[in-house]
Amino acid sequence: MDEHKKYPNKLGIIGWLGGGRWGIERYLYTLHRITGLGILLYFCLHIFVTSSRLFGMNAWEKWMGFFKSPIFKMGEFLVFVGFAFHALNGIRLILIEFGFAVGKAEEPVYPYKSSLNTQRPLMVIVMVVAAVLIVAGGYQFLGFVH
Amino acid sequence: MKETRYWTWHMLAGIVILFLLGIHMITMHLDAILGWFNPAGGEAVDWGNVVARAKMAIYAVIYIALLAAALYHGFYGFRTILFELGLKHGAQSIINILFVVMGICLFVLGSWVAIKFHVIAQIA
Repeated sequence: MDEHKKYPNKLGIIGWLGGGRWGIERYLYTLHRITGLGILLYFCLHIFVTSSRLFGMNAWEKWMGFFKSPIFKMGEFLVFVGFAFHALNGIRLILIEFGFAVGKAEEPVYPYKSSLNTQRPLMVIVMVVAAVLIVAGGYQFLGFVH
Repeated sequence: MKETRYWTWHMLAGIVILFLLGIHMITMHLDAILGWFNPAGGEAVDWGNVVARAKMAIYAVIYIALLAAALYHGFYGFRTILFELGLKHGAQSIINILFVVMGICLFVLGSWVAIKFHVIAQIA
């Protein structure tokens, strides 16, 4: 981790706000981090709350009843949205990490083609799938089906 | 080299989570549409469904595997975000120790609940 000292991160968290010339994928990076932190917070609390099952049916139903209020339902849906986004964007990141969907290596002839453009379709596909998941989850959260 | 290996584990944990949390999310949030793993009917968090799922040993295994993968993935991710801010060596060591201790504590708590409740559910 010593390499960081050579290039100090001057912008810090402010740097998450601007995409610069990296385009939409850079904003997905910011969202990936925000959703990741949100899910981690939820997950840690989730471990404690679901442990209440050990104290029997009454303790469990007391907690689950508490979380049935609209404000917690809304929050739970936000976690679901965060999960859907983080999961699908994560698939994209892993595919790109292993060199899939970024196009074949080519001789650099002007005008250069950027891998940022060749990977764009993958971004569109995963975001559409995430949107479908969010709609399906939202359909249930809003109580259209029981 | 160590850092590269941690990053590889982070990605592998991500793939494990994709499958296991996928099952969890389908069970909990698409139950009204798909109705998987909710034998008692009603809502996925109803006591009858919780007990019915806990009766299956595979669920305890899934929970513990998901717990381990998710804790590693989550805390490694958080660590990456913090380290990226250019922390001093001492601060990095404190974060490393803190996250390992927190991860192990949460893993022990969660696994203990999953195993103990599996035993309770078998009697119920």
